[in-house]
Amino acid sequence: MTPLMRDKPERRLLDESRRTRGMLWVMAIMLFLTVLAAALGLGMAGASRTLDRQLAGRLTIQLAEGDAAKRDAATRVIVQRVRALPGVMRVAEVDRARLAELLEPWLGEAGLDADLPMPAMIDVDLASGDSAAIDRVRTAARAVAPAAQIDRHAQWLSPVSAFLDTITWFAVALVVLMATATAIVVLLTARGGLDSHRDTIAVLHMLGSTDMQVARLFQRRIALDTLLGGLLGTVAALGIVWLLGQQAAGLGSELLGGVALVPTDWLLLLLLPVAFALMALVAARIAVLGTLEKTL
Amino acid sequence: MAGAFGAGFIQERPGAGMANIVQFENVGLRYGTGAETLSDVSFTLSAGSFYFVTGASGAGKTSLLKLLYLAQRPTRGIVRLFGEDAGALPRKRLPGFRRRIGVVFQDFRLLPHLSAYDNVALPLRVAGMPESEVEGPVREMLAWVGLKDRDAAKPPTLSGGEQQRIAIARSVITRPEILIADEPTGNVDPDMAERLLHLFDSLNRLGTTVVVATHDFQLISRIPDARMMRIEKGRLNDPTGALRYPPGKPPS
Repeated sequence: MTPLMRDKPERRLLDESRRTRGMLWVMAIMLFLTVLAAALGLGMAGASRTLDRQLAGRLTIQLAEGDAAKRDAATRVIVQRVRALPGVMRVAEVDRARLAELLEPWLGEAGLDADLPMPAMIDVDLASGDSAAIDRVRTAARAVAPAAQIDRHAQWLSPVSAFLDTITWFAVALVVLMATATAIVVLLTARGGLDSHRDTIAVLHMLGSTDMQVARLFQRRIALDTLLGGLLGTVAALGIVWLLGQQAAGLGSELLGGVALVPTDWLLLLLLPVAFALMALVAARIAVLGTLEKTL
Repeated sequence: MAGAFGAGFIQERPGAGMANIVQFENVGLRYGTGAETLSDVSFTLSAGSFYFVTGASGAGKTSLLKLLYLAQRPTRGIVRLFGEDAGALPRKRLPGFRRRIGVVFQDFRLLPHLSAYDNVALPLRVAGMPESEVEGPVREMLAWVGLKDRDAAKPPTLSGGEQQRIAIARSVITRPEILIADEPTGNVDPDMAERLLHLFDSLNRLGTTVVVATHDFQLISRIPDARMMRIEKGRLNDPTGALRYPPGKPPS
């Protein structure tokens, strides 16, 4: 009895009129929620990767010096020396007008006063965020100004990155929970099916059917329901994910841009109903064989 | 009728006196914690023989047949089928044994959502016969039980007699080594009863061991070589299986 073949007479062995579409709709809902959770996880993982990539090699040299002339001279030397280091992609002193603008909410117009002893800030982009490259920058800066302070951007935003990772793992847990719930639904459905088709199964057994032949009848039907319902739920969920992605892209946020799903993510989401159908097939087989094992 | 099993095949009954195909030794059967339905049942069935099992309603005929077609395991004693202890058979070997046994159930047990054709074809499909080889024997069998024009009918639309004929066709289509029938002529007219009995006789002459449970003594008298086992209150009162109907007439 080959499963999943539409024209096979075995397909008719179980009374189709007794079949309810409940399983199909339950699977549609399960996959709808699972795909949303998986999309959240993939999006957050992507955002976390983007954040890490963007911040890993980015740092700021802060030079606090009361004497403006000395500070400016030291800044120019540091910029030159750091630019000459290997692995340095970009070095730029932050414009003082831009600094004053950033401080304006706290200092008001006083921030624009040229005599205000504001530290010099130098932005550095490294090819990678490995500690050797950062140490080289630190050494070069402190050779010129021993009080120079090196701030890694990754360090500032590490709580954000950790939060994104937490959401990712939360989404993974949701997917696992949904898969477990789906397997339980399949087990209960298979047992219910065995019960409602008890007479048919008794006749099949008396005619010499093996447990595996009976199991194939149920696992084929349950896997098909899971696949069809799963595809419905997946399509609906992917539509919502796509709409949310469009809205996020419209915001122009660098961080939210990282949440956008890449083609591999879409492929993974599309494979979820297939994976769930396979899992349902195995769960149905286990449930049916386990129940039949207790009969003669 | 003979066409169903090939022309000119019925010559003589080869069975009686050959190896024992079924052996019961002090068999008891109890459902749950109730009293024993069958007690101390011992007998042997020779391969190729024809047996009638008689007894009043509730005497234990159906329980005896259930042990024979492996729907029950004995509570005690030994049931040997085809030389093996059926009570000790692991589950995975039961299907192979059941395919060697044809059963006509008292309540037919046809699958109501399948057509007459599909019901008759069921044992062949269960046995894994290719679909291309299924149609010929099924059509022949339906014609043989006089229902070739009712092949698409579902059991609920068939009369009791027609359902019984479909059930018989299903039970014999695989040419089983043992055919067990529980009141197989209870719902058919006398002509059809005689035809069905002739079918069983034909199968028996081909080597199939036939066991028929019935109340109908007229039916029993139509198979002169058949042996009779009588069950009373769960006990076999003819352990040798040599009694015949009418009593006192020696086996031929």
